[in-house]
Amino acid sequence: MIHQDMDPASARPEAGLKAFEALCTVKSNTSANDDYRLLVLEAPKHILNCQPGQFFHLLCPVTDQQQPYLRRPMSIYRFDADKGELAFLYKVAGEGTAAMATLKPGELFNVLGPLGVGYTIKPEWQNLLLVARGVGLATLAPLAQEAARLGRKLTAICSARSEAALLSTEHFRSLGAQVISVTDEDGSSSVENLQTLIEGLIGSQGVDAFYTCGSNRLLKLLQELGAKHNIPGEIALEQQMACGLGMCQCCVRPFSQNGEVVHLRVCKEGPVFDLQEAMGW
Amino acid sequence: MVDLSVKLGQLTLKNPIMPASGTFSEDLSEVLDLNKLGALVAKTITREVRTGNPTPRVCEVRGSMLNSIGIPSKGLAYFLENTLPFFRHYDSPFVASISAGTVDEFAKLCEDISVPGVAAIEVNISCPNIEEDGKAFAMRPSSTLAVMEKLRSATDLPLWAKLSPNTGETAEVAQAAEEGGADALVVANTLLSMAIDVRTRKPKLGNLMGGLSGPALKPITLRMTYQCAKAVSIPVIGCGGIANLEDILEYLIAGATAVQVGTSTFINPTIMTTLVDELAAYAEAEGLADLSSLIGSVRDGEAADQQFLEALS
Repeated sequence: MIHQDMDPASARPEAGLKAFEALCTVKSNTSANDDYRLLVLEAPKHILNCQPGQFFHLLCPVTDQQQPYLRRPMSIYRFDADKGELAFLYKVAGEGTAAMATLKPGELFNVLGPLGVGYTIKPEWQNLLLVARGVGLATLAPLAQEAARLGRKLTAICSARSEAALLSTEHFRSLGAQVISVTDEDGSSSVENLQTLIEGLIGSQGVDAFYTCGSNRLLKLLQELGAKHNIPGEIALEQQMACGLGMCQCCVRPFSQNGEVVHLRVCKEGPVFDLQEAMGW
Repeated sequence: MVDLSVKLGQLTLKNPIMPASGTFSEDLSEVLDLNKLGALVAKTITREVRTGNPTPRVCEVRGSMLNSIGIPSKGLAYFLENTLPFFRHYDSPFVASISAGTVDEFAKLCEDISVPGVAAIEVNISCPNIEEDGKAFAMRPSSTLAVMEKLRSATDLPLWAKLSPNTGETAEVAQAAEEGGADALVVANTLLSMAIDVRTRKPKLGNLMGGLSGPALKPITLRMTYQCAKAVSIPVIGCGGIANLEDILEYLIAGATAVQVGTSTFINPTIMTTLVDELAAYAEAEGLADLSSLIGSVRDGEAADQQFLEALS
């Protein structure tokens, strides 16, 4: 029971529950390419009111080989409230993701979310440029979905080790995005080449906002180009987490705000932050 | 209808389940009804603003976790202006948690936080993360007595002393806290520990060492709860590794009057309200009118081998 004398400005009635622990059913869990897997869940509708850039905190199963303890934060790759579907694109990198890879269709999977603050698309941002590398593309996929819904022009520069490792390019194309692939294999993913490429886009079609995630190299480049051409942007960041809800203060990162370094929680104030305030690592 | 209420000195809780400091904040109101909890225990604050320790601040070990958060604090002013007003909206008693580097600073903070809306003050004399090499007041009886006496003289509110597992003098420290004026003991904080990445040979925590919490800690803090309940006459609040109903029953039987649930909330954010329901169902199924017949009911006079021998004779 909430007290009656509460100040409405700070009241948090129970109707305000924002994140939910839910048992989902595995629909499929298959290889997307050599490195990545795609987990598709049947999810209750009430957890699918998601914003692009938000994440879920996943309770990975304990198996004979893997005993993950803490939940694992993971960006949403796709959500569809009408179909009751939630999907994650992941790379088997440790105990939690190795355990996730063992999930079979029909099994139950406990997720907590949606959590965090997602990307913003301001009304005046018509030409969006998304630059991402590897699994970072997964984080940006729901943004492409939202940009398509809002009728914004979207260009996606997808960077990867090799042509074979390029993910989601088809997914981005299907959402109407102009896709430019760059790889380490042919050298096109170098910072110099990306700079030329992006400045070319700024000159030819105009860019109103940058979106990126995960790569220190891309952060630095986009910060420079953003400052030089006066283009705002946002970045999704990662950090080890425990609670995922803002309680434990494990997942802080430093940010530069008005000349001061402040520590913000990736799970709560993020995972999406202002591009210029983010600090390299 | 089972009565789950318990008395901690002058304070009555509607049930014995509350969060452990550091694993709870306003944010949990986004996933559960805070009024279902016996009490609400805030994260430790210091008077001044503190950044906390370098990252990584958390790592997991088999079935448990280590943390070296280092008490990042927005300071006393923020607490009084923001945290406290938020919790006034709930009827579960709100417990502030404080820490400081010296006895005098500790006492002054205790005085300044003794304001309406704070039902009790948990004094964190045991954080392994803010002093050099994990040192803390609650490692020794003499430093525990000294700090508790000063704190006692600084407030009329109930004082809960949060003890440390990083001591070889559990009963003596508990008695020193009682002698110094504690109204209850919280047993216990995390155990100083370490983990190393064998590939990089770097410690897994940015602060090199940190506190172990989660199920691996439970046998240790349960043992301490038992020792403390035997050693003092003030209530003991058991804390450490609680993940299910049986864990709570163990603590109550060992002598705890109430319990704090911490790390498990990170795994299952609604676990505390689930445990309240499970405890009520257990008491009902066992035909208990209240929890008094459980608390301290451990049959420690009957050693297992003695029972075995009696069975043979």
